[in-house]
Amino acid sequence: MTTPEHEASVDALNVSRRVFLAGSAAAGAAVGLEGILAARRAPAYAQGTRLNIVRWVDFIPACDVELKRQAGDASKALGAEVVFEFINANDLQARITAAMQSGAGPDIIQMLHNWPHLYANGLVDVSDLVAWQVKEQGPLYHQSEANVKVGGKYLALPHGIVPGLIAYRKSWLDEIGASAFPKTYDELREVGAKLKKKGHPIGQTLGHTFGDAPGWAYPLMWNYGGMETTKAGKTAIDSKGTVEAVKFMSAFWKDACDEGGLAWDDTNNNRAFLAGEISASLNGASIYIAAKRGQDKIKDDKGEPMVRDIQHARLPAGPAGSWSYHAAFAHGVMKYGKNQKLAKDFLKWLHGKEQFGKWFQVAEGFSIGSTKFWEQHPLWSTIDEPMKLFRTAADNSRVFGYAGPPSAKATEAYSKYIIVDMFAKGAQGMKAEDAVKWASEELKKIYG
Amino acid sequence: MKKSIAGGSGGAAGMEVALPHPRTSRPSGLTRFLESERLLAGMLLTPTVLLLGVFIAYPFVMGVWLSLTNVSVGNPGEFVGLKNFIKAWNDSIFRTAFYNTFFYTFWATIFKLALGMWLALLLNRHFRGKRIVRAAMLLPFIVPTVLSTFAWRWMFDPTFSVLNWLLYQTGFITTKLPFLSDGTYGMWCAIVVNTWRGMPFFAISLLAGLQTISPDLQEAASLDGANGWHRFWHVTWPLLKPVTLVVVVFSIIQTFSDFQLIYVLTGGGPANATHLLATYAYQIGVATGLLGEGAAVSLFMLPVLFIVVWVQLRYLRRLEGA
Repeated sequence: MTTPEHEASVDALNVSRRVFLAGSAAAGAAVGLEGILAARRAPAYAQGTRLNIVRWVDFIPACDVELKRQAGDASKALGAEVVFEFINANDLQARITAAMQSGAGPDIIQMLHNWPHLYANGLVDVSDLVAWQVKEQGPLYHQSEANVKVGGKYLALPHGIVPGLIAYRKSWLDEIGASAFPKTYDELREVGAKLKKKGHPIGQTLGHTFGDAPGWAYPLMWNYGGMETTKAGKTAIDSKGTVEAVKFMSAFWKDACDEGGLAWDDTNNNRAFLAGEISASLNGASIYIAAKRGQDKIKDDKGEPMVRDIQHARLPAGPAGSWSYHAAFAHGVMKYGKNQKLAKDFLKWLHGKEQFGKWFQVAEGFSIGSTKFWEQHPLWSTIDEPMKLFRTAADNSRVFGYAGPPSAKATEAYSKYIIVDMFAKGAQGMKAEDAVKWASEELKKIYG
Repeated sequence: MKKSIAGGSGGAAGMEVALPHPRTSRPSGLTRFLESERLLAGMLLTPTVLLLGVFIAYPFVMGVWLSLTNVSVGNPGEFVGLKNFIKAWNDSIFRTAFYNTFFYTFWATIFKLALGMWLALLLNRHFRGKRIVRAAMLLPFIVPTVLSTFAWRWMFDPTFSVLNWLLYQTGFITTKLPFLSDGTYGMWCAIVVNTWRGMPFFAISLLAGLQTISPDLQEAASLDGANGWHRFWHVTWPLLKPVTLVVVVFSIIQTFSDFQLIYVLTGGGPANATHLLATYAYQIGVATGLLGEGAAVSLFMLPVLFIVVWVQLRYLRRLEGA
């Protein structure tokens, strides 16, 4: 029951329930939300409950701070306690498995890549929310849609995309006579070899880690004409294109790379770059943003803020194209959860233009939207020049399992790091043909 | 029963009293209940049996059942017999993990035994600060494995390794050693960390064993002209053997099923080169969600451990019999 005191305290909040719900309702609210709004009080089903959301620890710490702030607003408006938990991205899959098998755990879990396909039986159909999001923010990018659409249903609500571009040191490329970043893999090897000779190798992980390793390995295979499967979903990796890609990797690794990268996770290249140990690395924008936010401490070899010397470039092209892999993120509502309606209402609010817009600005281009709508955001007109490439970066992404359809099998192959390991084996000296054969055998166990 | 106490039969002065008959002095039901050793044993054992049943037997039976099914995350699956075991055996990564598990266990146990014995013999001597040294020795054993392994990972870091820096500064190397980025190096790094962590357990257990050996025996051997090695080999070692065997059995079980150390240090990489059965089972079962296949991989540890323990315990019994 709403008491006068309660009304007064709610009115005193920065974000009232009315504003909270209006944000959702204005964006094409469901009947339920409109009803709540008309009632002018937090929904009864939410009172005294707790909504748990598990996400990765963001590479931009301010993004997590913003989400916590938004959780506070949501808690006050919903009358339920909204709690974010941030864990290592490499531990998310284990957390999902444990939660689904025990039938207990967070109400909402962040889904990376194409995970909704693997966890389809544990996720609530959120097609209504996706329809609302598309209506409000325009059509989804290809990878955002393909990753969450399973058997005609949408099993997670796309949140953002973290584009992967190569961050590099302009001055070091200038020193070796490269006026622009290499446009092809062959040029990259040539330039990288010169850089390595000068003590500035290229840094690339080929370890078992969620983002940068597959973000490098899959496009390398595609750009040389290799593919995981046929359009019908049968193993097709053992091809001339894939062999050529592995041959390139072996030579590139030896000539141009920091060979410690075999043991790197997604954080090592950030640290190595900011410490001046490497000259270039495929990454999200976190290197640039960290260098900018810490420019008093992070300096180049001349004592100037390193951020002034950082530029971004797309992955080079291979003989078959210049595809990239830009990781799409989404939020899945878990089937075992007792607060599914509350979870969906909360997601609608969180993904709405107003709240997502605030978070998007904090991310400064590290995370972009799931639709082209966000390419028109005013942020892009004020952002630093080296960051502008991120605005449209997401448009050349394929998805795991290419050329076949997105599937749980593709998620399994990703989770076992088969494509990454194929290149790692090549980098470690295994003959390219043998590395590809190994990968082919492993994939056949999955795809047939 | 009535018994005449005084007076002859039928005498007037005779008094008849009732005495308790031994057969009729039956204890009450509660007394009988409390005095029953069987019941008492049952009562005392019940909590333990329940705990073992819930936390050991149930997960074990579930694990066996899962290994015989194709259960995956969110899918109930169905019975597939030994298919998961056959699939694992034909998997090249599994075979690498299987070999690694033996290699890792063998060398780590050898090093822990040798260094633990050496440390125990040193600590069995009298010197100033002996207690402090004994306490400090336990530190690696006390610090949570995850934390200490993180510290080691930092020391072996591919880019910022303090060990590489030290070796470079002292002129021992000219290029960085690939501690964690090379499979062979990675495995030996894991063995070093395991030895560092497990050695105190060996040392403290063997030290306890050493202190039960009468100094008179050592003195007698000395008087007979035995040198240090002879005293160790012919006096100390035979008496220490039972303790050593028990410690080795425990260590093999722990090391063979090790998970935390590899998971934190190498994650099984690079390119699966340092996976052990436990980490690979986790990778397959939990990270990838193939619970049936993961359970099958982990169950490969069971017969191996069973045989090792059985052989060693038999040997121990024979020693005790002798």
